[in-house]
Amino acid sequence: MKDFIIPWGDDRDMGTPAKQGAAVSLMIDGFEVTVPEGTSVMRAAAIAGIAVPKLCASDNLEAFGSCRLCVVEIEGRRGTPASCTTPVAAGMVVKTQSEQVKRIRKGVMELYISDHPLDCLTCSANGDCELQDMAGVVGLRDQRFEAPEGGMRTHFAARDTSGIANPEWIAKDDSNPYFTYDPAKCIVCNRCVRACEEVQGTFALTIEGRGFESRVSAGGVGDDFMASDCVSCGACVQACPTATLQEKSVIALGTPTRSVITTCAYCGVGCSFKAELNGDELVRMTPYKHGAANRGHSCVKGRFAYGYATHSDRILKPMIRETIDQPWREVSWEEALGFASAKMRGIQAKYGRKSVGVITSSRCTNEETYLVQKLTRAVFLNNNTDTCARVCHSPTGYGLGQTFGTSAGTQNFDSVAEADVVVVIGANPTDGHPVFASRLKKRLRAGAKLIVIDPRRIDLVKTPHIEAAHHLALRPGTNVAVVTALAHVIVTEGLFDEGFIRTRCDWDEFQEYVEFISDVRHSPEMTEILTGVAAEELRAAARLYAKGGNGAIYYGLGVTEHSQGSTTVMAIANLAMMTGNIGREGVGVNPLRGQNNVQGSCDMGSFPHELPGYRHVKGAEVRAIFEGAWGVTIDPEPGLRIPNMLDAAVSGQFKGLYCQGEDILQSDPDTRHVAAGLAAMECVIVHDLFLNETANYAHVFLPGSTFLEKDGTFTNAERRINRVRKVMAPRNGYADWEITQMLANAMLEAEGRPLWHYTHPSQIMEEIAATTPGFANVDYAMLEEKGSVQWPCNDANPEGSPIMHVDGFVRGKGRFIVTEYIATEERTGPRFPLLLTTGRILSQYNVGAQTRRTENTIWHSEDVLEIHPHDAEVRGVKEGDWVKLGSRSGETSLRAHLTDRVSPGVVYTTFHHPTTQANVITTDFSDWATNCPEYKVTAVQVGLSNGPTDWQESYEEQARLSRRILPAAE
Amino acid sequence: MSHDKLIRMANQIASFFKTQPGRDQAERVAAHLKDFWGPEMRAALKDQAKSHEAELDDLVRRALPLI
Ligand code: SF4
Ligand code: SF4
Ligand code: SF4
Ligand code: FES
Repeated sequence: MKDFIIPWGDDRDMGTPAKQGAAVSLMIDGFEVTVPEGTSVMRAAAIAGIAVPKLCASDNLEAFGSCRLCVVEIEGRRGTPASCTTPVAAGMVVKTQSEQVKRIRKGVMELYISDHPLDCLTCSANGDCELQDMAGVVGLRDQRFEAPEGGMRTHFAARDTSGIANPEWIAKDDSNPYFTYDPAKCIVCNRCVRACEEVQGTFALTIEGRGFESRVSAGGVGDDFMASDCVSCGACVQACPTATLQEKSVIALGTPTRSVITTCAYCGVGCSFKAELNGDELVRMTPYKHGAANRGHSCVKGRFAYGYATHSDRILKPMIRETIDQPWREVSWEEALGFASAKMRGIQAKYGRKSVGVITSSRCTNEETYLVQKLTRAVFLNNNTDTCARVCHSPTGYGLGQTFGTSAGTQNFDSVAEADVVVVIGANPTDGHPVFASRLKKRLRAGAKLIVIDPRRIDLVKTPHIEAAHHLALRPGTNVAVVTALAHVIVTEGLFDEGFIRTRCDWDEFQEYVEFISDVRHSPEMTEILTGVAAEELRAAARLYAKGGNGAIYYGLGVTEHSQGSTTVMAIANLAMMTGNIGREGVGVNPLRGQNNVQGSCDMGSFPHELPGYRHVKGAEVRAIFEGAWGVTIDPEPGLRIPNMLDAAVSGQFKGLYCQGEDILQSDPDTRHVAAGLAAMECVIVHDLFLNETANYAHVFLPGSTFLEKDGTFTNAERRINRVRKVMAPRNGYADWEITQMLANAMLEAEGRPLWHYTHPSQIMEEIAATTPGFANVDYAMLEEKGSVQWPCNDANPEGSPIMHVDGFVRGKGRFIVTEYIATEERTGPRFPLLLTTGRILSQYNVGAQTRRTENTIWHSEDVLEIHPHDAEVRGVKEGDWVKLGSRSGETSLRAHLTDRVSPGVVYTTFHHPTTQANVITTDFSDWATNCPEYKVTAVQVGLSNGPTDWQESYEEQARLSRRILPAAE
Repeated sequence: MSHDKLIRMANQIASFFKTQPGRDQAERVAAHLKDFWGPEMRAALKDQAKSHEAELDDLVRRALPLI
């Protein structure tokens, strides 16, 4: 398998965006070209292989027509039109090169260069500068402008020619940790401003002033990039043709010489990147324009926050210890694996086959996850496997499985461009799924309507050029009541799509559902007191969704992480079915997955009741497939889920755990209970990049590899299987799939059973394809050729499936399920009068293990508590005060931030930092169907405090002690 | 596992199926328990049910013989 090839297509800049339309033929420099109507002459020329010189155009931005470098001659037209802004016409005859246009172009370049410092050799963009390239292309050999009497005014010299300080000169802005803005080199092409508007949708940049005075400016007068609205996505840096906006990494390391296409390892959007390197030193990550999930865009995490891969905290050698109060001892791989294998086998011999288990990671590849669940099923011989997806999207699996027949989002991300009404429920895309948010915002600016259902006023509710038509700011925990009320309005007002329901769903079941939903107790007028959502607003939202054209629902953890999470997912599916919003572009039900490979880890059989492909272990035919492939007998009964493992550990039946790439101590609810569970185990094997919080309780530490150091695949929220390519050798010595295999083999060998023999992850994918119908036609050769593919991909869908349930639901008929609202047992009362809900922010990722080890911390150095000014006032809390946050589970301290983004009665925080330990507060309540923890609702009290709690201090101390590493024995 | 937790979880499952139309709610609670709870957890529930009968939802009580 060749790993270092750049697959599929070139990524030349075609100048202007692709268009769709009827074919138009024209002649360019004597060649005939046929392109869609609306295409620019510049793009048509590029398609013919002719690159017209350009500066202000870029094919991810609408043409602007300011630089006039791209002029051409067109027969029968006067003058020299700009090719970027001139659309093609049938029979047009274009000349891209002539004496006249050459003269004009030279003149344009001369003017630019006269106000540009000529320090090309030492410039950070040397070799990667379009201004330099264009000077070469037009053959500029000198520049004839001479300084007039009294000195010439330029933008680039700190002092003018007479030695006086130049008022036009502006110092470099290096406030952003990842890129600099050097106004001296700006040619005012406007690309950055347009990128920020059109691609990212933040509108942080403007051009201030006119003519010679005009400058790019971030935020208001005197603001630098950090003080502006900039979210550091880097789109402007990528768009800038010069060194004006430049990655600091390139300034420090030089221009890269080779690149490898790979996939971001942060969120479920699954952006494709070009990792650009010198040797094995990563210089920068550039979003890949042919990446089907991101179309050339990215966010701050994927583009810039990769520094953790080389952070000094990374552990590169295996370590062991007998007990968790001892310091760690660095040992060889052999010794560590021998120790782990002996411990696990010993535990199984003493406490039984089912006394050990695994936790797979939603951050690792499909191949790695598959091997970890295989480890428990084929080596430990039980079904005790679970994944952190348990704590985020397990209700999606159950809810969509029950209603549609499969656990996955129905659309691709491109689909949002066809949506007319977008409903965002319990998700915060601008922070959690930023690149999807940019694509969504683009559609909203073009006129689609937005309905937000969330207790907080998330950024999307009102942001430049976007305003939600309806924001239903419900009380946390009342999702089912709100979504059911929406359905009530649609049904009782006759807004449902009878044709769709009759053909695609079970009509009789729908009748039962109608009887249920029509009851007046579900009406928005009745639920208003409970949910806090005004009845009229809710009715208007329901009408808009039902009748506003293509309706698309996107939802996140604010839906799933509740005691009725599964019920809400089913209620959402009901809404889509009753309005016929399923099975075509622009509609659908889309879970926004948290981590990069949540979808994949669920697909790969990480759950204790399901083999890969969501097939229950009770099915004898399914077990037979894997029994044949693995040569073992598979347990027909479901194993333990994470909370069950911890409960069983506390009560003494569960003793050994292999945990890959997850930090359950920080990410799972009710920290004290998790800690008690881990402490009760005899062998905890943590396989991770860092000594995470869980590792405080571990006996074996196996150092992991980063996504840059291994081959594999991730499956994003649109079911898209993307390749992860090895960009550099693993610093710890092995890719994670190799480590799991070594652990398996250490145990298998001791037991005299046949060993595993994978030599490349592509072989693991072959095994997945051979055993799992939805992956039947997936292999690495296909991924090389197509770039990515969306499952199901099999003989029925050889090209994969961008949209699901097109002609029928996976389960046959779509099923309406009655969704009665049942209040969570977690209630506010006199002791805990406020509701805490949790979430995340853009610059940090999950428990923050990676992002905290990058410069992203500049945006979020600690978790803070958002509290409404009224609630703060009655408690005497002021901005920035330390407050104590307490629930019946525990208490912690953090700083308060007063904001009306949260409603009175609701407080909000993130869980990115271990010292805050927001999960000390969350309780062990969980979703009725899946035990997905109820992170989003906890009754709490807030009061002033003078610093960290005793628990936080003792925790810090314990963490420090348990992280000691003995110096290596010589 | 502490009895209040298992019983709470079982009651929570029952509370959903109770709202569902049809006459087979007890069967559906039992099916859910069999699909998602391992045999040890089901046995523990049965065991604890004996001494904490009063805390059980009626539907759980009817489902128990089926698991
Ligand atoms: S980094 Fe992104 S948000 Fe910031 S100014 Fe550039 S394009 Fe706008
Ligand atoms: S900063 Fe770069 S992209 Fe922006 S106007 Fe200046 S040269 Fe153009
Ligand atoms: S974190 Fe998500 S949105 Fe950002 S670059 Fe990575 S995959 Fe894309
Ligand atoms: S590239 Fe066409 S005017 Fe600048």
